[in-house]
Amino acid sequence: MKLIVNGTAYEADVSGDMPLLWVLRDELGITGPKYGCGIGMCGACTVHVDGSPVRSCALPVAAVDGEVTTIEGLGTPDSLSAVQSAWIEHQVAQCGYCQPGQIMSAAALLAENAEPTDADIDRALSGNLCRCGTYPRIRAAVRTAAERLRGGA
Amino acid sequence: MGRVKTVTRRVFLVGSAAVTGGVVFGIWRYKTPYANPLLENLAEGEAALTPYVRIDRDGVTIIAPRAEMGQGIHTTLAAMVAEELDVALDAVRVEHGPASRAYFNGAILEEAIPIPATDVGRGAERARRLTHVPAKFLGMQVTGGSTSTVDGFVKMRKAGAAAREVLLTAAAEALGSERSGLVTEQGAVVAPDGRRLRYEALAERAAGIEPPGDPELRPSSEWKLLGRPQPRVDMVPKCTGAAEFSIDVRLPGMLHATVRRNPRLGAAMRGYDAATAETMPGVRHIVPLDDGVAVVASNTWYAFEAAKAISFDWEASAYPDSTDDHYEVVRAAFDGESDSRFRDEGDVDAALAEGADLEGEYRVPYLAHATMEPLNAVAWFRDGRLDIWAGNQMPTQAVKEGAALAGIDEERVRVHTTWMGGGFGRRAEMDFIRAAVSVAVALEGTPVKTTWSREEDTTHDCYRPLAMARYRARVEDGAAHTLELALSAPSVFESQFGRIGQSTMGPDGSIVQSAWDQPYSMTNYRVTGYRPPVMLPISSWRSVGASQNGFFHECIIDEMAHAAGRDPLDFRFDMLTDEVSRGVLEAAATMAGWGADLPPGRGMGVALVMSFGVPVAEIVEVVDTPNGIRILRVWAAVDVGTALDPRNIEAQVQSGIVFGLSAAMLNEITLSEGRVEQRNFHDYRLMRLDQVPAIEVRILENGHKIRGIGEPGTPPAAPALGNAIFAATGRRIRTLPFGRSVRFA
Repeated sequence: MKLIVNGTAYEADVSGDMPLLWVLRDELGITGPKYGCGIGMCGACTVHVDGSPVRSCALPVAAVDGEVTTIEGLGTPDSLSAVQSAWIEHQVAQCGYCQPGQIMSAAALLAENAEPTDADIDRALSGNLCRCGTYPRIRAAVRTAAERLRGGA
Repeated sequence: MGRVKTVTRRVFLVGSAAVTGGVVFGIWRYKTPYANPLLENLAEGEAALTPYVRIDRDGVTIIAPRAEMGQGIHTTLAAMVAEELDVALDAVRVEHGPASRAYFNGAILEEAIPIPATDVGRGAERARRLTHVPAKFLGMQVTGGSTSTVDGFVKMRKAGAAAREVLLTAAAEALGSERSGLVTEQGAVVAPDGRRLRYEALAERAAGIEPPGDPELRPSSEWKLLGRPQPRVDMVPKCTGAAEFSIDVRLPGMLHATVRRNPRLGAAMRGYDAATAETMPGVRHIVPLDDGVAVVASNTWYAFEAAKAISFDWEASAYPDSTDDHYEVVRAAFDGESDSRFRDEGDVDAALAEGADLEGEYRVPYLAHATMEPLNAVAWFRDGRLDIWAGNQMPTQAVKEGAALAGIDEERVRVHTTWMGGGFGRRAEMDFIRAAVSVAVALEGTPVKTTWSREEDTTHDCYRPLAMARYRARVEDGAAHTLELALSAPSVFESQFGRIGQSTMGPDGSIVQSAWDQPYSMTNYRVTGYRPPVMLPISSWRSVGASQNGFFHECIIDEMAHAAGRDPLDFRFDMLTDEVSRGVLEAAATMAGWGADLPPGRGMGVALVMSFGVPVAEIVEVVDTPNGIRILRVWAAVDVGTALDPRNIEAQVQSGIVFGLSAAMLNEITLSEGRVEQRNFHDYRLMRLDQVPAIEVRILENGHKIRGIGEPGTPPAAPALGNAIFAATGRRIRTLPFGRSVRFA
């Protein structure tokens, strides 16, 4: 099984029906995407395939037909993406477990919609559960990131 | 040691007599500190100046020995040390550190004595201080009860101050100068002539200097870090995927396991058939456990798939099969002997002899913790040593359990406490650690990560107990006159401590927590606890007994207000006995603009609950739409006495509110044929972003002492919502979750 993840080519010897999440985590050691439910209900495993957000826990690796980007590929501590910077500015994370998925969903939204309304934000991120209730700060951080990306202050 | 053991067990019991028992050890032993666990593994050039401060060539490390499960405690504890040590928070490393009795939680029993938090008189404070004695001898490193800030507030600052004093002495020696002219700033000692000695450079010399036992602390007026928002030390890693939870731990040659255990909790396994599972891809071992099996594979998903293919012959459950039967057991306890009656004022029986104005029954269901990170741990047993990586709230207990399972001395067990993807009480349990260690012992030599599937996690929790309340009340001349409140719930203490081999005696205060001790007065006021047997395993769930009793008590007070024909806020003001509580109620009312005319279909509900010594007032505004009830806004005011990090406190209050609203709207665990019916987030639904209201928080500091805020935000959420639904629709809903009775939009 061949995969391109965060710009690097990998090969994994696994069943084609293994969900992408478990290839990333247990085979490739890319642990930013998290296991939360295994049925696409919590969004902790969200990654991008060719820029679109997917729930990697419910996507068989054989069905992956593009380049995979995980939270590690979105930005690093030394080179943060706009969404990650906004998350840090608003001090969003608490336990932090769901945040890679939240951030990936937010990044995908903003790539597609530069001026999301509050309703757009709610819709795009309602597939991502947060048990710590960081939701108010998630909303604020998405708005800030959107402004930044539009070239605002 | 035999006697020590007996006595410490007894003092663990809640109550003033038990607490006094601890004093037999003598204050001299109490004052003797535990050995510094950091001294055991020091490399050359490193110094562990106190159990909380390690300095090596690379800089300063602060040990924050409490579970970081999202509440931001590592940042706050580190800030306490850094404040006195004169280091910048972004210039130090912060670690949880090893499991050690030296990190015992001294404040864990403070709220366990039956003295209301509003009583801050000398006797009450002395009784609370005395609970630190048995807490020390228990030596339990435990995170819970919103105690970490309370416990650390003096301890951690003293650790920073002691380290600073040692570094000053070391610098004076190094410079051959008087100590009195030296000052500390930004991680260095500075001499009057401007010479700077970095702490790292002083580590070796400092290692030989005895730290002062009781260094002086700076007054709050001189604080530079405390009292101000600090960027969390875990924020950047948590936003870049770099944060390591135990589920992310990777070791060379590590295998991946999962478990399937009897869905009738606590019952054993008669047999199983794993013939198919054994032949499935990636499967390496099937390990039988007492009440199930572990499947060990090369990949977690292979283990999950193979585990589904095993058939089992399970023993029947020891508890009733259906949820209705469990409620019957809880209801039947009202007819038996009471467990506690901490409040009994006036003459309730006489006042209600001719009937009550109001009477009825409330109930709440079992709830799961549902941490976002499913339960998991990594264990590696080799060469007579056991290493455990686990996000956990009780590392010293994990050491004990690990040693017992591996058959080795506790000194041979190391617990690595990682960040955790949520705790809420669940990670104070040991079952997931025991499972991981059992597998590692069976596969001696190989590191194994054992991860529970979400389904296993939801169906094998130690739940928030179901509970019921019965009440009879009278109002007179527009005021509260009489309330008889009876509360029945299985005992969390009995269930939880029983699992770690501690017996408990005496009443379980959590059955009546935040009901008997509320800051109200009435002519006749009685709160009685009843204790049905433990059925499903139950445990602490964010705010423990306050999670149900806040709902019962504050909805009943609201009912009394309406029966008296009064505004619910004014009604409460009239019966308040505590000025700190009055402050939060006034603040919330001001923020919400309470009293203004609302359009039809809208309603506001208020609740005031004191839990863990923190009065919290919350006001919820809802609107009744064609699609259901929509929560529009929430206003909350809290009083923590001293607010060390206002931005983090705001986050914790918002967090507690979402947690409480989610449970009140949607959550319940039910049973059928002895099995928990809910399995995953499709049938144990949580609040999502599109349902979350705007939440505004105010933090007050009028309280008499510093308090923790991880839990107190939760209890008022459910009653404030219930009271708002009543205000908007006229429907009084007495059973949770509300979602059984109304739709939410």
